[in-house]
Amino acid sequence: MIPLSHFLILSAILFSVGVFGALTRRNAVAILMSIELMLNAANLSFVAFARYLPQTQLQGQVFAIFVIAIAAAEAAVALAIVLGLYRNFKTVNVDEINLMKW
Amino acid sequence: METKLAIFYVLAAFTLWAAGIVVLGKNIVRAAVALIFAFCGVAGLYVLLEAEFLAAVQVLIYVGGITILLLFAIMLTSRIGATAARVVNDQVVLSAIAGVGLLAGLCYAALEGIPALVGPPRLPETSPFLGRALLTTYALPFEVVSVLLLAGMVGAIVLARKES
Repeated sequence: MIPLSHFLILSAILFSVGVFGALTRRNAVAILMSIELMLNAANLSFVAFARYLPQTQLQGQVFAIFVIAIAAAEAAVALAIVLGLYRNFKTVNVDEINLMKW
Repeated sequence: METKLAIFYVLAAFTLWAAGIVVLGKNIVRAAVALIFAFCGVAGLYVLLEAEFLAAVQVLIYVGGITILLLFAIMLTSRIGATAARVVNDQVVLSAIAGVGLLAGLCYAALEGIPALVGPPRLPETSPFLGRALLTTYALPFEVVSVLLLAGMVGAIVLARKES
């Protein structure tokens, strides 16, 4: 059996890659994609723990389903916001949008 | 056993390669397509973890739904085929330090903080269990998430609608 730590470290790498992307990308849609990567990394940890914990209650998988549902809602709302940004500013580069920055 | 480990490494390398393109790719459409591959890699890892239902859900919702939504947003907001002159902002070094620091912390926690669990040799059938759990034990969270999703959809329509 593959050790649990393999999955946890893969999840950690995926999450860190997502954090790096969310912090550095300029395109708002690309930031959203990085956030989806982070959510996937968290889900991977949940599913791995659901597999490796001794009791087979599978709470991890139930939680992963909730995470997927919330990710879908988040994607829909964020993309609507991106469209609104584009309509008002003609750009989706977040470092050029500083209307509310003092 | 060895086969499983080899499959894990292949899937892990595939997922991380795709994630790298998502984060560093110059062309935003290519990044979105790489995201599809990353999601498929994670779905493969779910199969490896005996979560077949979640793997199917992952393919249906992430690959079939969210990525298409992202591609729509890209096509409505960017010129396709244009490679941006600069895809990263001025915080690259700080972000890299933050990412590596976070990675170190998470790896330390994964290696030191969690005992070596073995788990049962096989999981029982997951789909019937998940269906029953979602409608009995987790009925209230299930309903709350449903309402959240509905509110999110209505909010998205209101935000994206043209004001007349």
